[in-house]
Amino acid sequence: MNEKIKKNSFLTNQIQVSLKINAKNRSLTLDSRTSLLDALREHLELNGTKKGCDHGQCGACTVIMNGKRQLSCLTLAATCEGANVLTIEGLAKKDKMHPMQGAFVKHDGFQCGYCTPGQICSAVALLQEAKDGDASYVTADVRNISKELKLSEEEIRERLSGNICRCGAYNNIVQAFKEVHSADDEMPTWKFATKMQMKSAKRK
Amino acid sequence: MGEFIGKSVKRREDARFLKGMGKYTDDIKLPKMTHSAFVRSPYAHAKIENVDISEAEKADGVVAIFTGKDACGEYGVPCGWQVDFKNGETMREPKHPLLAKDKIRHLGEAVTIVIAETLEQARDAAELVEVDYEELPAVTDPKKAMEEGAPLVHDDWDSNAAFDWCIGNDRAEVEAALEKAHHVTEMEYRNQRLAPNAMEPRSYIADYDVNGDKYTLYTSTQNPHLIRLLMCAFVLGLPEHKVRIVSKDVGGGFGSKIYHYTEEALLTWAAKEIGRPVKWTSDRSEAFLTDAHGRDHVVKSRMGFDKDGKIVAHLTDEYCGMGAYLSTFAPAVPTYLHGTLFQGVYTTPLIHLNVIAPFTHTVPVDAYRGAGRPEATYLLERIISKGAQEMGMDAAEIRYKNFIPPFDGVEEAGYQTQVALQYDSGNYEAALKKGLERLGYDDFRKEQSEARKNGRLLGVGISTYIEGCGIAPSAVVGALGARAGLYEVGQVRVQPTGKVSVFTGAHSHGQGHETVFAQFVADKLGIDMADVEIEHGDTDQVAFGMGTYGSRSLAVGGSAIIKSIDKILEKGAKIAAHKLEAAEDDLEYASGKWTVKGTDKSVSFGDVALTAYVPHNYPEGLEPGLDFSSFYDPSNFTYPFGTHIAVVEVDADTGAVELQRFIAVDDVGNIMNPMIVEGQIHGGVAQGVGQALLEEVAYDEAGQMITGSYMDYAMPRADDLPMIETENTVTPCPHNPLGVKGAGEAGAIGSTPAVVNAVVDALAHLGVTDIQMPLKPQTVWKAMQN
Repeated sequence: MNEKIKKNSFLTNQIQVSLKINAKNRSLTLDSRTSLLDALREHLELNGTKKGCDHGQCGACTVIMNGKRQLSCLTLAATCEGANVLTIEGLAKKDKMHPMQGAFVKHDGFQCGYCTPGQICSAVALLQEAKDGDASYVTADVRNISKELKLSEEEIRERLSGNICRCGAYNNIVQAFKEVHSADDEMPTWKFATKMQMKSAKRK
Repeated sequence: MGEFIGKSVKRREDARFLKGMGKYTDDIKLPKMTHSAFVRSPYAHAKIENVDISEAEKADGVVAIFTGKDACGEYGVPCGWQVDFKNGETMREPKHPLLAKDKIRHLGEAVTIVIAETLEQARDAAELVEVDYEELPAVTDPKKAMEEGAPLVHDDWDSNAAFDWCIGNDRAEVEAALEKAHHVTEMEYRNQRLAPNAMEPRSYIADYDVNGDKYTLYTSTQNPHLIRLLMCAFVLGLPEHKVRIVSKDVGGGFGSKIYHYTEEALLTWAAKEIGRPVKWTSDRSEAFLTDAHGRDHVVKSRMGFDKDGKIVAHLTDEYCGMGAYLSTFAPAVPTYLHGTLFQGVYTTPLIHLNVIAPFTHTVPVDAYRGAGRPEATYLLERIISKGAQEMGMDAAEIRYKNFIPPFDGVEEAGYQTQVALQYDSGNYEAALKKGLERLGYDDFRKEQSEARKNGRLLGVGISTYIEGCGIAPSAVVGALGARAGLYEVGQVRVQPTGKVSVFTGAHSHGQGHETVFAQFVADKLGIDMADVEIEHGDTDQVAFGMGTYGSRSLAVGGSAIIKSIDKILEKGAKIAAHKLEAAEDDLEYASGKWTVKGTDKSVSFGDVALTAYVPHNYPEGLEPGLDFSSFYDPSNFTYPFGTHIAVVEVDADTGAVELQRFIAVDDVGNIMNPMIVEGQIHGGVAQGVGQALLEEVAYDEAGQMITGSYMDYAMPRADDLPMIETENTVTPCPHNPLGVKGAGEAGAIGSTPAVVNAVVDALAHLGVTDIQMPLKPQTVWKAMQN
């Protein structure tokens, strides 16, 4: 490698990658060892995707790549040439949240927020997996599986088990997913302050 | 109660967290920032023969390398709680160096820090540091550490005990009562070591500004002011007013981020040495090796009953591992946060607990969600159920027999325990009754016996817990060895336009303070929640604080804010009286305005605020401004309690445990936001179930950790848990203004023994009376075979 480049850019094994991230074309010069996660966080200022373990074991770094859930910490950026990556920052349309984000608010699907971007990306991609009829570990009969799966609670819990939430918000994450997946109006066990109550408080 | 208190208001933190806009420490990048990596010991116990950094120094991008020989290693991080030997000898308190110099005392102890332009370069250079070690024999089990000839962790003393402490009634008296008891139930087990595993690894950025001679440390802590105090006064000798600690969004703590860690001080020191900001973020492997762990008690206990099942005496001996050094609150955990809960919710007349706390060649142990109280509850709730099983009694019946009768702490006095504390208020029967009703206990017993006929193993486990929260009255904890007061600070600044900024010394890392605190502030002032902002986690903004742990934020931190609100309203009334040309006594405050009683003459909160800052027409002698800060020191701990019930099915062929139902009836006093309380309970239960069924930090004989990743350390995941069913009873706390008790730890305290009791119940007819946690399939299967 050219000695001058090495000194100036602090890069050994320099590579070039072009990919689409949140609908924008990005071109990056990276150390060849750089993971997609580090490329997002350290080179693109997309800090929403989190590093929980860097070993592919916690799910915090989940992004959606070419429509599928992907652990960005186990994905070398070098392998992402031409890929289409969607991160938590790309889910909301301006101020309008993705329905899954809205459901996480309604069902209080998180506490500290650190695993949340991964949980949401995972849940959003899972909606598509169910539509596509992808099987899981707990699918009863993998030879007879239809498209447009209606996932049972057991299926949802299994399919979201790759994302650890140490705050233990699983109840509410599952409820949020159910709401978007089944389009049912799942009710939390608590009652929110009503609009009237909020309004009357505001009038004071 | 007002408009917002008691309502499930949606969290204000939602938008930023859900869009990936949270600002956690590792998300922060400062100009000219460098990165660091540690060289850590691959041995648990070793002599450091030599550290050679010559090759590493030549590596690309290296800015600086420091070892234990540099001045940074000279002082150590202090311990914040002193627990002396029962014979009067002072607690043995070793120096805890920032970098090891001559000796390694636990796996992963830091030897060298390498600072470079990029993280990759720091890691590459760290690989080039050559350390020569002489490996020495290690001891990792707290009981074995006290055996004759065990390797010493610190050569300064002739045994590994940090202290040997006891609490309760006279030991001989308790032993005599056990001799005479109708039945004595014995238990010997280990409350296993756990890793807290906040999903955000610890992360620090230190910055030194040469112009102002000022340090800033961005840190993922639960406890910014205490970190500043400890680091300035004890570790680095820095002037406290020249140091700012910033800790905004923190991705979970569960105790592990309370303490002052060596890396915080080392980075702060190094930032000045190199004249540039320096960042370190733990990776998950380092987190397993260096975050303070929880639990690690080796327990031997005997409980005596009379022929009716009434407890007559309880005697326990424990070895509680401290790890290699004393972490900030470590000595308090197996003593004052543990022994003081041995009364449980029962009228036990005689109690004695002895705790020996040995050093071991392991990472320090400190408070992890519940901290001493889950260990106490586990013992009490297991041994009373085991006693019932041995005497052929029902697990619910034996509890009803032994409960302390209901008391509200107002009309009826608080309950004085045999172990120092006085409970504030409680109604233990009510919680159990509600839980059993929710389950349908009698029907379940029928279903269970039917299932057994078909070879299905169903079980139910009950746990009726109590905990001590709202930590804590300063004078009390001072007398018990705390080196800090445990009050809280709350400042309420009314801005000229009537908008309100609240500064709290409590710290939110998932608990939703921004929402709950705004709820009661808006309520008390009768203004819109949107007009209240809660600020925390910056020592330059918040006057002082003792941080968040021990389920104290609302009970102690909330009360401090209430005190300031009272002062605001008192001063506001003077200004309002002046404006209304009325006597203060003739005014009443409601719905955001002062009104002259019986008239429609009123002045709004906003008007009064503006007048306080533009005091043209103003009461004589009154200072301008509307801004008060208060310290609140609680008069007692708070005592949340409740009943947790688990229903399990054990696979007869594999021993795998399926948790089918989990019912949590918790009494956390008054509830400010039911949604948030429910979330806290869910989370605690997930962690408590994790301990019962899945989690364990295991070290081998040489002190190598064999559970150092999520492939080996089983974390509870979505498919390990059922929908947790929550209920509440409400017994208000009589001694704080909000009547709250705290909800952060209840789930983790009550749930673990409920699950284990359920599994033992499922196997009771096979003669199983106890199983060692975690209840892995092979452990359960083996128990079934014997």
